[in-house]
Amino acid sequence: MDAARRYFRSPAAVVGLILLLVVVVMAASAGWLYPRDPLALAGRPLIWPFSNPRLLLGTDNSGRDIAAQIFYGARISLLIGGVATAIAIVIGVLIGAFAGYYGGWIDNILMRITEAFQTLPNFVLLLVLVAVFGSTLTTVTIAVGVVSWPAPARLTRAEFMSLRNREFVQAGRTLGMKDIQLILGEILPNALPPVIVYASVVMAVAILLESALAFLRLSDPNVASWGNLIGLGRDVLRVQWYVSAIPGVAILVTVLAVSLVGQGLNDALNPRLKSR
Amino acid sequence: MSELPNAILTLDRLSVKLPAGADRSHALAGVSLSVAANEILCVVGESGSGKSIMANAIMQLLPRDVSIDGGRVMFEGRDLASATTAEMRQVRGAGIAMIFQEPMTALNPLRTIGDQIGEMFSIHSDLSKAAIRDKVLALLEDVRIPDPKVAARAYPHELSGGQRQRAMIAMALALDPRVLIADEPTTALDVTTQAQILKLIRELQIRKKTAVLFITHDFGVVAEIADRVAVMQHGSVVEQGDVSAVLNDPQHPYTRQLIAAVPPLTAPAPRKLSDDIILTIDEVSKTYRTGGFLGRGARVTHAVKAVSLKLPRGATLGIVGESGSGKSTLARCIVRLIDPDAGSIVLEGKDWAKMTRENVRRETQHIQMVFQDPFASLNPRRKAGDLVAQGPIVHGTPRAKAIADAKELFALVGLDPSAIDRFPHEFSGGQRQRIGLARALALRPDVLVADEAVSALDVSVQAQVLKMLDELRERLGLSIVFITHDLRVAAQICDLVAVMKDGEVVEHGLAGDVFGDPQHPYTKALLASIPGGDFARSHASVSA
Repeated sequence: MDAARRYFRSPAAVVGLILLLVVVVMAASAGWLYPRDPLALAGRPLIWPFSNPRLLLGTDNSGRDIAAQIFYGARISLLIGGVATAIAIVIGVLIGAFAGYYGGWIDNILMRITEAFQTLPNFVLLLVLVAVFGSTLTTVTIAVGVVSWPAPARLTRAEFMSLRNREFVQAGRTLGMKDIQLILGEILPNALPPVIVYASVVMAVAILLESALAFLRLSDPNVASWGNLIGLGRDVLRVQWYVSAIPGVAILVTVLAVSLVGQGLNDALNPRLKSR
Repeated sequence: MSELPNAILTLDRLSVKLPAGADRSHALAGVSLSVAANEILCVVGESGSGKSIMANAIMQLLPRDVSIDGGRVMFEGRDLASATTAEMRQVRGAGIAMIFQEPMTALNPLRTIGDQIGEMFSIHSDLSKAAIRDKVLALLEDVRIPDPKVAARAYPHELSGGQRQRAMIAMALALDPRVLIADEPTTALDVTTQAQILKLIRELQIRKKTAVLFITHDFGVVAEIADRVAVMQHGSVVEQGDVSAVLNDPQHPYTRQLIAAVPPLTAPAPRKLSDDIILTIDEVSKTYRTGGFLGRGARVTHAVKAVSLKLPRGATLGIVGESGSGKSTLARCIVRLIDPDAGSIVLEGKDWAKMTRENVRRETQHIQMVFQDPFASLNPRRKAGDLVAQGPIVHGTPRAKAIADAKELFALVGLDPSAIDRFPHEFSGGQRQRIGLARALALRPDVLVADEAVSALDVSVQAQVLKMLDELRERLGLSIVFITHDLRVAAQICDLVAVMKDGEVVEHGLAGDVFGDPQHPYTKALLASIPGGDFARSHASVSA
């Protein structure tokens, strides 16, 4: 509860949380505000925002409602951000925990694999995965998760290495606990706070990665995502710039919100770092 | 109170305010004391008494949210409490110098010792480089560092703890300050090194006629070095006066309580020991190899060399030694946190040294360990009751019964049974150590290995925990292996004592014999180094 109190003491963290809630509310209310398919034709192509009260944010180059796509796009961004982050953190924590706890040859093997992933640029690897497995929403989400785990793995490993020889872990060992009980029950809860904070970075990057894929028209074309909209707007960028700019702002706000929440969590969970 | 006529540094009703939400409103509440030239004033108190805050308040080195809110710090006719940052820079180092508890963290690890001492001169004077070099060597000679030329070129990690503290003292004395503040300067050192450093501080103080404000928690150190003493409790000075007066005729009840808690240096009358040997340690060795490629340049450390000891049922075997003597490695070999290289450790007919890890895990209820650090040894994210119940649950006790047993154990070790739902950080150091003890006892062990179990505690708490340990041994029929660096603690509780040095047992026998009539020169040196040894002996005869 101390952590919650510290969190709400920081204005930036509260602003981030409010922005994130706005995005969540958009995602939740999309079906209710825009019951029609967001990818269906809504009017003339390329209507400017605020010129037609029925289509508040105008239409894109094929005449689809931009506002509806923004609301539905929030769902896709949150979905990809959340699920991909969960995948990355689970893989990363497992690999980092075993490598850090056991050390020796287990650590060597796992860390060489991690480094192999780290030496490839994330985005290139992502392109390869999508090129091989196709670009449905599921494969894109899993692919984003799979390219994002090395950093949380290294972070978890470092935490485990510093915690594994603490006296309370040794005490657990003298009580007769099994390795798995020590890893999950004793060390992991103490190693998690920095990993949770890092998850916000992973989430922001995951949202950006999906948008970048969509911009290259490699993401799932059958869903309304912000990236897809930016990709469409590319063709009319010099005149009808708003087609790309509006989803761009949405991405900016979401990533900013996630980062602010992450920073707030960091200060709340590691209070000693804050009073510098 | 004593307004000294020749006082150099005088604190006049000094108050220091703590931030809201601390356990009390003021770290210091109207502290008045003064130090004169050519004397050592010891400020003694337990943790939390405000003695270190006082040192930092004098130097204006308080943390940001802690501030002086009343009183004066008079030094050479100036009030330091209201001095500007620039004025303080002139005073620090040149007027008042300070040495700290942990020389490793107080020295910059990336610069040589000579550089860091020389910096004092380059900041406060305009001497030439060659002159500074000569001064540095002279200072290092003053503090008796062996081979000053080599030491000046060494980095902090290349020196031993005692040598680092000598270098710190050299740095503090570089500009001939009129006042030296020493904040627990020997607490992190081994007892023989401590004795040398105390002697050095005394000699330098007499030669340079410095006023020394010496902060310590140890009445032994007070007896060894102080001219006058001030006793602090909860941010106030409760008693001050000449050292002999305070030590031999304490007036305030708190002072009396502290002095009574100082462990006497004589072993209690020997008890009859059982002939039944419960634990036999035979020729146990542990060697560490570090570094080196294909065996070249590898460093081999013999942490434990062929140690053989016997623990009779129901007895307490003390293993004493300085840091690096291998006593903690031996303790960890006994509970198999470390695998010994050779030898046998026989408990109830089973050789623990050769058991598989899986068997050790199953048999672990027979032998349990209490750890040194009451803060690091409890998982901060588990409730106290869970911590105690964990062991039995691992070995198959149903959770509800284990928690009920934990409540009983809480009562057994003198804690409130209703506190099982609290987290470790809500307990004090002494209470945490009791939780650690309850956790070890929860498995009903035959042998308890206590590794420096009271070293992190204040003397009065230490005395309580030791007394409780003794009672529990009687009541539960425990046999105890007690590891400590503090001979005074060992003298209080142990039936048998083994003295370790460089991985070997140099002397062992009944506690009374080892302390009363030491045979090995190292044991003699250890006993001679105990601060305030004469006081401890006379104190024992008074309280006996």
